Amino acid sequence: MTKKITLKINGAEHTMEVEPRMLLVHAIRENASLTGTHIGCDTSSCGACTILIDGKSAKSCTVLAVQADGKEIATVEGLATAEGLHPIQEGFHLNHALHCGFCTPGMMMRAIELLEKNPNPTEDEIRWGIAGNLCRCTGYNNIVSAIQWTSAKMQGKELPSTEPKFV
Amino acid sequence: MIKCKTSKEIGGMGHSKKRKEDARFIQGKGNYVDDVKLPGMLYMDIVRSPYAYAKIKNIDASKALEIEGVVAVVTGKDLEKYGLHWMPTLMSDTQMVLPTDTVMYQAQEVAAVIATSRYIARDGKEAVRVEYEPMKPLMDPFKALDEEAPVLRVDQEGKTDNHIWHWEVGDKEKTDSVFDNADVVVKQQMHIPRIHVASIETCGCVASYNKVENHLTMYMTTQAPHAIRTVIALVAGHVGLTEEKIRVISPDIGGGFGGKVPVYPGYVIAIAVSFLTGAPIKWIEDRSENLQADSFARDYHITAEMAGTKDGKIQATRFKVLADHGYTDASANPSKFPTGLFSIGTGSYDYGASYMEADAVYTNKPPGGVAYRCSFRVTEAVHAIERVTDMFAKKVGKDPAQLRMENFIKKEDFPWASPTGWSYDSGDYHAGLQKAMDAIGYDDLRKEQIEMRKEGKKFLGIGISTFTEVVGAGPSKDFDILGIKMFDSAEIRVHPTGKAIARFGTKSQGQGHETTYAQIIAEELGIPMENIQIEEGDTDTAPYGLGTYASRSTPTAGAAAAMAARKLRDKAKKIAAHLMEVSEQDLEWEPGKFFVKGAPEKSKTIQEIVFAAYTNHPEGMEGGFEATHYYDPPNLTFPSGAYICVAEVDAETCDIKVRRFVAIDDCGNIINPMIVQGQVHGGLTQGIAPAMYEELIYDESGNILNGTFMDYLVPTAVESPSWETGHTITPAPHHPIGAKGVGESPTVGAPPAIVNAIVDAVSHLGIKHLEIPVTPFKLFKELQKVGYFDNNA
Ligand code: FES
Ligand code: FES
Repeated sequence: MTKKITLKINGAEHTMEVEPRMLLVHAIRENASLTGTHIGCDTSSCGACTILIDGKSAKSCTVLAVQADGKEIATVEGLATAEGLHPIQEGFHLNHALHCGFCTPGMMMRAIELLEKNPNPTEDEIRWGIAGNLCRCTGYNNIVSAIQWTSAKMQGKELPSTEPKFV
Repeated sequence: MIKCKTSKEIGGMGHSKKRKEDARFIQGKGNYVDDVKLPGMLYMDIVRSPYAYAKIKNIDASKALEIEGVVAVVTGKDLEKYGLHWMPTLMSDTQMVLPTDTVMYQAQEVAAVIATSRYIARDGKEAVRVEYEPMKPLMDPFKALDEEAPVLRVDQEGKTDNHIWHWEVGDKEKTDSVFDNADVVVKQQMHIPRIHVASIETCGCVASYNKVENHLTMYMTTQAPHAIRTVIALVAGHVGLTEEKIRVISPDIGGGFGGKVPVYPGYVIAIAVSFLTGAPIKWIEDRSENLQADSFARDYHITAEMAGTKDGKIQATRFKVLADHGYTDASANPSKFPTGLFSIGTGSYDYGASYMEADAVYTNKPPGGVAYRCSFRVTEAVHAIERVTDMFAKKVGKDPAQLRMENFIKKEDFPWASPTGWSYDSGDYHAGLQKAMDAIGYDDLRKEQIEMRKEGKKFLGIGISTFTEVVGAGPSKDFDILGIKMFDSAEIRVHPTGKAIARFGTKSQGQGHETTYAQIIAEELGIPMENIQIEEGDTDTAPYGLGTYASRSTPTAGAAAAMAARKLRDKAKKIAAHLMEVSEQDLEWEPGKFFVKGAPEKSKTIQEIVFAAYTNHPEGMEGGFEATHYYDPPNLTFPSGAYICVAEVDAETCDIKVRRFVAIDDCGNIINPMIVQGQVHGGLTQGIAPAMYEELIYDESGNILNGTFMDYLVPTAVESPSWETGHTITPAPHHPIGAKGVGESPTVGAPPAIVNAIVDAVSHLGIKHLEIPVTPFKLFKELQKVGYFDNNA
């Protein structure tokens, strides 16, 4: 038994036949071949699979593909445009906010919604805001800096230095 | 400030160059193993044991095979026909690929289901019926040594107990006599619990055997692709898979930390099934499988002792270890080092007597003994020495910083021979600790501590860890894995237009090799790092190497890169002399060009020289511009660090908060300060993890109690403090670019700093020691024991 659904991913329509039990993350990765969205756990804990559904961040391992039928989905592959990188991508690169890169797409998607709701977050608000996304490599310092930098960039404020600071 | 020899454009050592590898990762274009999709690919899922110790009476796959899309169910009996049901571990023990009669730990692989999709494979797994006869598991490593304990490894002929090996180092007699005559002795039993690396990408592979060519391509999450190729050839050579027929590709790796060094049964089953069916087989484990079955780290029970004078001079240490290895010794250590480099545990202090011994036992737990971002058991050793150093300071009534300053090996005393046989290459421990104390404001904190104790709402603790690491295995006379010497390699090819590609036997899992190796070559050749492409992880193209773990890449492959580049610079000099019609002696090098001494306007750039190597090279010289080097280090490198943690304990709730943490690292010359700092940040979070949150817990029946991310507490951005880092620079004298490894120092150094801080916060209440992970509840119970709540009710 399968169901025909259409996912609008990064503006493009993907029509597919899926079993009702198929997770959205698998539909995105396997049926739509967009492998930038990752899987890091089986308990909805790590956030590696975070995407935006109608503008709201969601863990795509915790949503069924059929639930997303007809919805607007944004994944990491849709961030950069012809004009260049999205500010969050620039922020992560310039602030060295990624090592292995596995958590990065989910972390950035989460950060985008965070900044949309709260364009000027404090360090504490950022830390709590990304608490659903695990990173095993970076120790989070630079992810926090990257989100602060992006916040400044998106508001046209003076950009913080991206040189490492040492005591 | 770090001085750079090259311009920003060239981007050699010391420049905080942004990473080259980022572009693909931030755009979702990384290529991890689960992204590999081949035509006709089948999926594998694994049936696992619910029992820690049981006989398998029957496996009934009939219901699974009825499901449309299930292609096969493979059991140990099937593999037995090909002699593939057991495999060797890196420590020359043996491990089951699939069992034929007994399971030895909960979540052990029992059978594999092959199907046309991930979902159908999972359906098949649910439908396989296995009948077990459970037995009482052996979970306590101390009890495993009892005479009446059942012998677990009956597969080993003549085995009459659960003891694996005994190891010792140092002068026992001398050490015992120092202890017998010492003014002061402190002694502490401690457990460094089982933990898991939990890289955010789990393990997996796509095994693709081509019957026509008799050729296997293995895409897998491995930190050591070449070593794996050799291991596969050793295990499967007898069925015709010889080493030239095997290509191992390690694509982008989503974190390793040691967990992607071992060969797991899933890889071998996938290869066997692909070999038999001719179809590519994908196996990607779930997080829960990863936590429950893949190699653990630590699990050392240590009795640590320190002896010294009453005025605080350290004279001797004595460590006794019981290592719980689970049902097989599947550690990832160099062959001659069953306890890894634990003998670094004499620490950063100048004294002459130490004796250490260790015994390892089998229990009904998963196998392993991998690093968790640590150079072979160094974390365990450093925890022991830094804890007892603090206890010793307390006992003689000295400030722990002061006592360390008085006992440090002095910088002029390097190379320094340790009582357990190491030759520490270089260090400036006094400078590191002083810098950390200044940065954190040590003296003021001590005053604040007294004030806060008076007030009684929160207790402040200041904890220090001044550790010495040992990384960069290693000199081939001592270091090998399964007999293969632990050198590493680099191959540089410079194209006619002066741009280069370099290949390595190591494999980055996030360390940023594509950037740092390019910087090393840029430093030596003056070719801009942007123009140097780095490639790793394909055994068909890269020179042989032992891979990336134990902070060995910079000490070994980094050195190889510099040496290969220097071969090229020698060649460049000859070509330059030829082009400018001068003798080589008249030439001088500055990054990027050779010029004539005294006539700097007469020069040839490296790009012109390389072009000439292809178009106009001197007669008699080989054309082209390529070099390879296999670097065999003369010694390991000994990075060090001085870490200070400031912790606050809530007097009522026992909540623990790290207020500040300053880490001063010395990893010798720094290739890229931004990347080193990033490594330190990440390592520190993996240091607070075992200190306060992580532990794999088993009950008496062998059930794992926290085998998922729901209850195995990987720190989030909320638990992780805002780290403050810095460095001192003491170059490694024997290393071509004076660098040491750094990726693991913070994981090694942070836990004792944190525990020392928490103990320090409550020491006035009678607490002498706390076992990790130090949780509020554990602290509450300890405070209860010393009667704290009786008086404060
Ligand atoms: S994969 Fe971990 S939360 Fe979705
Ligand atoms: S960069 Fe590796 S998990 Fe975040």
